[in-house]
Amino acid sequence: MSARINQWKNFSKGILKENPALVLMLGMCPTLAVTSSAVNGLGMGLATTFVLVLSNMLISAIKTQVPDKVRIPCFIVVIAAFVTVVDLLIKGFLPALGESLGVFIPLIVVNCIVLGRAEAFASKNGVFSSFLDGLGMGLGFTLALTVLGIIREALGAGSFFGSKFIEGDGIIVFILAPGAFIALGFLVALVRRLSGK
Amino acid sequence: MKKKESTLKNMLSSLAIVAGISGVCLGFVYGLTKDRIDAAAQAKKENALRAVLPPFDNEKTETLDMASPDDANRRIEVFKAYQGETLVGVAVNCYTMKGFGGEIDLMAGILPDGTLNKVSVLNMSETPGLGTKMTDPGFYAQFEGKHPASFDMKVKKDGGDVDAITSATISSRAYCDALERAYKIFNQVVANN
Repeated sequence: MSARINQWKNFSKGILKENPALVLMLGMCPTLAVTSSAVNGLGMGLATTFVLVLSNMLISAIKTQVPDKVRIPCFIVVIAAFVTVVDLLIKGFLPALGESLGVFIPLIVVNCIVLGRAEAFASKNGVFSSFLDGLGMGLGFTLALTVLGIIREALGAGSFFGSKFIEGDGIIVFILAPGAFIALGFLVALVRRLSGK
Repeated sequence: MKKKESTLKNMLSSLAIVAGISGVCLGFVYGLTKDRIDAAAQAKKENALRAVLPPFDNEKTETLDMASPDDANRRIEVFKAYQGETLVGVAVNCYTMKGFGGEIDLMAGILPDGTLNKVSVLNMSETPGLGTKMTDPGFYAQFEGKHPASFDMKVKKDGGDVDAITSATISSRAYCDALERAYKIFNQVVANN
């Protein structure tokens, strides 16, 4: 019974309590850069989730076979391979999304969430726990990016997932870099308030 | 299972195995997606050509690779489109470095007599809501069907005939700069004929 509760915690902690973007403050670069629209945020979040789940599982599976001193290079090679797979798949099957995310997909390799979870969780826990951890963290990241994207798109362009609900332009600053910082700041404050810290 | 010790042999072999397996997997996925990626790029280019030129036959389109008039290392693609045996238009995939956000790539469709047919912006990183308005008909429509002999393709601030986008003069100027380069190329192509 307690084992089951632990597994649930491995999954659920990433979504709110230890949300990578809003609480752990990891992966700020894509969080600020790609969330100019809700679709971009969602796409980036799902791509990161995909990489995170697979790299967590594989790293957990090979953790005893990799000597300690070369573990970081091995993890990076595994992560880079998965990221390149995602990059090729997006370019092949969703070229429009690939174009708007641009260089940020290849940059998932150096996203500190992915290596951070590999080092802090997957290299110490079993395959199934690591799968749940990766999925939870990934979905938490996706949630944060999508919410931020929805807010910025609504305020900045007056649209929701690409469909306009007001005529004309919104408050353009929210599409630009300063708006990313402003919206993220308020979102982080809200999450801290709700989680009672 | 016990953790492997960090001896040189273990380190080398585990790194080599991880890298080798990753390489094989990547090669496999690359082979799987290559055709689709190429097809997507091709479709994008063809859509841009169809958007800026009058109707043309696909098989007859000639592609030229020309040096940019300002930078010998920079190549510019030129497409000569034919309908039957007659040349119906020339599309120039030209660029400018003078955009507010750096480079802007656009496809300019020019009729054989030098009249500008249509222009489509392929790539830009201009300020959203300001410079990006160059893709709104309110801006680009003023160029359509104009000939450089009677319509000076410079913004009014520089003594031309183009109405610049409000608070995006730099972007408008860059657009005109790209068109000017397109015409230089076009004149070379026509002179070579």
